Amino acid sequence: MIRAVIVMNTQGKPRLLRFYEFQPPEKQKELIRSIYGGGERYSFFLAYFFLYSKFVVCLCIFILPPVLSSRADNVSNFVKTDAIFGQDTRVVYKHLATLYFVFVFDSSENELAMLDLIQVFVETLERCFKNVCELDLVFNFSKVLLAVLDNFNLCNWLKKLLFDS
Amino acid sequence: MAAEASSAVGSSASSAGGFAPFLVDSLFQRSLDDMIKALRSAPGGESSLIHRLLAEIRREIRSTDSDTKFLALQKLTYLSSLYFLDMSWAAFHALELLPSSVPAFKRTAYLSASLSFHPSSTDLLPLATHQIRKDLQSPNPSLSSPALHLLALSSSPDLALHLSNDLLSLLSSPRAAVHVRCRAVITSLPVLRLTPDSARAFLPKLVEALSPSSPLLSAAAGIFCELVCSGDPRPYLPLAPDFHQVLLECRNNWILIKILKIFARLLVLEPRLKRKLVDPICELMRRSPAKSLVFECLRVVFCSFPDEETAFQLAVEKVKEFVAADDDPNLRFLGLHALAMLGPGQSWAVEENREAIVKSLADPDPNIRHEALRLIMNMVFENNVVEISSLLINYALRSDPEFSNEILDAILVTCSRNFYELVLDFDWYVSLLAEMVRNPHFMKGEEVERQLIDIGLRVKEARSELIRVARVLLIDPALLANQFLHRVLSAAAWISGEYIQFSRNPLEIVEALLQPRTSLLPSPVRAVYIQAVFKIFTFCFNFFVNVGAVSDSKCNTDENTGAESEDSSDVTTFKMESLEMKELLTSKSIIYILNLIVTSLVPLSECDEVEVQERACNVLGLVLLLNGIEEWKTDDVDWRIDGKIREIVTVMSAAFSEELGPVSIHAQKRVLVPEGLELKENLSDLDVILRNNDVPSSLSISFSSRIHSHNEDMEESEPATESTSLLAEHRKQHGLYYLPTDKDENGSNEYPRANDVTNSVSSEKTTNDLLKLTDQSLISRSTKPAKPRPTVVKLDEGVDLPSSSSEYVKEPTGDLLSGAVRDVLFRSDETSSTIQKTLSENFTERRAKETSTISNVDSLLKDNSSPREREIGSSSSRKNKHHGQSKERNKNTRKNETKEEKGNRSSARSSHHHGRHKLKQRVESGDPSLDKAPQTQAIQDFLL
Repeated sequence: MIRAVIVMNTQGKPRLLRFYEFQPPEKQKELIRSIYGGGERYSFFLAYFFLYSKFVVCLCIFILPPVLSSRADNVSNFVKTDAIFGQDTRVVYKHLATLYFVFVFDSSENELAMLDLIQVFVETLERCFKNVCELDLVFNFSKVLLAVLDNFNLCNWLKKLLFDS
Repeated sequence: MAAEASSAVGSSASSAGGFAPFLVDSLFQRSLDDMIKALRSAPGGESSLIHRLLAEIRREIRSTDSDTKFLALQKLTYLSSLYFLDMSWAAFHALELLPSSVPAFKRTAYLSASLSFHPSSTDLLPLATHQIRKDLQSPNPSLSSPALHLLALSSSPDLALHLSNDLLSLLSSPRAAVHVRCRAVITSLPVLRLTPDSARAFLPKLVEALSPSSPLLSAAAGIFCELVCSGDPRPYLPLAPDFHQVLLECRNNWILIKILKIFARLLVLEPRLKRKLVDPICELMRRSPAKSLVFECLRVVFCSFPDEETAFQLAVEKVKEFVAADDDPNLRFLGLHALAMLGPGQSWAVEENREAIVKSLADPDPNIRHEALRLIMNMVFENNVVEISSLLINYALRSDPEFSNEILDAILVTCSRNFYELVLDFDWYVSLLAEMVRNPHFMKGEEVERQLIDIGLRVKEARSELIRVARVLLIDPALLANQFLHRVLSAAAWISGEYIQFSRNPLEIVEALLQPRTSLLPSPVRAVYIQAVFKIFTFCFNFFVNVGAVSDSKCNTDENTGAESEDSSDVTTFKMESLEMKELLTSKSIIYILNLIVTSLVPLSECDEVEVQERACNVLGLVLLLNGIEEWKTDDVDWRIDGKIREIVTVMSAAFSEELGPVSIHAQKRVLVPEGLELKENLSDLDVILRNNDVPSSLSISFSSRIHSHNEDMEESEPATESTSLLAEHRKQHGLYYLPTDKDENGSNEYPRANDVTNSVSSEKTTNDLLKLTDQSLISRSTKPAKPRPTVVKLDEGVDLPSSSSEYVKEPTGDLLSGAVRDVLFRSDETSSTIQKTLSENFTERRAKETSTISNVDSLLKDNSSPREREIGSSSSRKNKHHGQSKERNKNTRKNETKEEKGNRSSARSSHHHGRHKLKQRVESGDPSLDKAPQTQAIQDFLL
């Protein structure tokens, strides 16, 4: 399921947050900071476990994979975030203008479907606000949260999904 | 409340009485926009402003005026979700606004309620029960959906229990809007999780929604996917026919993805499902334009049925498309990711993409590079490890620091896997490690240190190469400045000390170890350096004294006996080497070393690091001792034969002569437990013993009194041996907990030494095994290594390495929900049967029938058209049904009303399926054997 929807600007300021599992505020703050990354990325050292064909190999310690702020535009939209959100979670994001749209989800979702979902989300915003920009989100926070996000995406359900072939 | 508010407002407002403060509040209250503007224009002092705003909100939220309250809640919601403030204190105020008739107020109230209730703080939630129920029943979707939302996001077991009936009626009410019903379906997930008992009521409805024609299908598929993926998938096996039906008939990609996810989990439990799935999945892969769906198919094929020829071929073709997608890094990444799922049996598919994978190493995206590296490392075998590693090392030189370390790490891990099983030529590997160190971005000091020492301990043949590498590393003064290399240097120093006999020029190494730039090293490494100097010096001196004498005599004998001894080449090389060494290690050079040691270590003997200081003092002590003896400095030969110097040398070389070996992680276990030592005896009687003890309770310790009391007991014992006498006394009383004394002294020889190689594993066996292994690899890969692989000492053979714990197959846990679900689904399923039943009197009949069905089906299975399958399923189930009925007649029909009710529901939901009466009867009959062991027989008929 989708664990969280986060919209933040390119400075790492959150513009829209929705956690579908309860997280205490301090934890939320920490999560946002770590997913944005920024200057302190080199201070994260994590043990990563990779499942090889027959056995588990500890690929030792390596630096947290570049998080949002350090990623170029022409790279893939997936970030491995086991360390931030717990085992088996993935993050897909889209960088549009001054905003990052971030969806956190687990293995019961398809990666590409999530990417499409972000597209649907942005298009819905576009329809609501006509040329949506960061300020629209800032001033219509609760409207977006209620009317758009929760209406179209409660856990898994997507009514207007463009998937129907 | 008015008084409170007025005092908060301050002196200006406090003069006004009655409702005036509220009036003032509502007139001058900041709106949400005002607040946002204020926040945006606050120059840096956001936190103080937030503090002030919060104080304002706290005041306003108490207002009886709902407009004021609404605005305050709205502001609080904004602040708490974007500035990470806890708003659980406002839960009550949110509930206060719930009954409001204004939709906007209600929405805000629900939103803030969902934010302010934590799973741990739902005390107030029951207050809202009535209001939520009212809203759920309302025909207006704008009222019912926020209520559902609150129920989904923050709900307590109590609330869920109270409202589950309302939810259920909403779910099935034909009057409600479809999207509200969909929401209701989704909300049933958290409700189910909170109250597993409600599964009995909910599941039939949910299964009903699973039919391809149901408008709630997308929501139901999502729910089941979530249930199957997050818990034990076993209970959902009986639903496989329904999922299959959806897979065949549904054209919505989103739903199909969910169904595929479900099947991926179910396939682990029931591999026979494969036969049913291969064709639809191939069809999807061929037809679907949606990459997401294709990727999901790939995942199922790669993980669950890699042995299906056609499907696998198709999947590999699709993966190629993914990997070759130049314009979309996401597809490239996912393609590589899918390839990484393949097991070793399918490595040819990876090989086919080799070019693309190698190209991906240069991709700007770290994710793609990472996946590519992982794939490459999976392709490494004994015959290509040399080429691939050297290629990668060269590649690492050119890539960015982070990735180059990732590469080095991958090489280190792969090569050291399972006691270096991939490495045939250790000389190569050791020099590879040394080459790695030269990488400017090198940061893997610890791992290289570990491996260098490990190889030294385990592989005898590699030691001379290790010494060569260590020398190169130690001599280079430039390396000392790089802090990431310190650990490696420490390993090199240790190796040079331990295996100095393989060195051609110990003097050089001593010089390197004592070079002035070693002051740059951290003290633990310096300590290792000094210890290495100690060892090397001892070796040199020993050689100077002993071997010098021996070779002197040998030379003499050689001259005497002529050509005889030159037959064996060993002796010749030994002689050559020792001659070389002898030339090197003259008394002059020994004196030179001594002086070098003194000049460089004397300052360290006053070092404030104890480790360094102690070792420096040790070395200096030896040096002073030797300096005090003059005789060896002369050219006179006689002192070598005997004398004080010889004694010192023997003692010193004995200290280092024992070879260090690897220590098994199970060494401790192998130590035999001495007889009479009770390790597992229950120690509870220890309390009693302690209480009865004449020693006063240890809590109120007064040491003098204890001594006193004992002195009274045993007056003759002297105070000096007080503790021993105490011990003896205690031993006499509670001998059980002591090791037997005689054992301690005599039996010590029985303990195997922890690092005794020959004791733990017969080295012969190891060699044989290895030979066999290498032979096999030689045959299969038809390459010849330059030399036979040296023995690697392994201590823990036969010990299971942690294997990849299968992701999916979990033991059925005590998960309440899945238990409840299993209860419902297995009992209600029309073809469900039990082990007992199979084993009972019906066994033979049943067998016969099943085989007949199989033969029927086999002929039909060739074309996999779905209606026919259903027919088969139903026909066989009907047979079973008759059977069940006949059985039921013999049983007592214990009816109870709840079961009947449930049976009715369940049969209603399965009305579009086959065998509808069966279930009802079964449930009514309350067959006790069903309760005991529900079995996966249910989908048997579907599978046939």
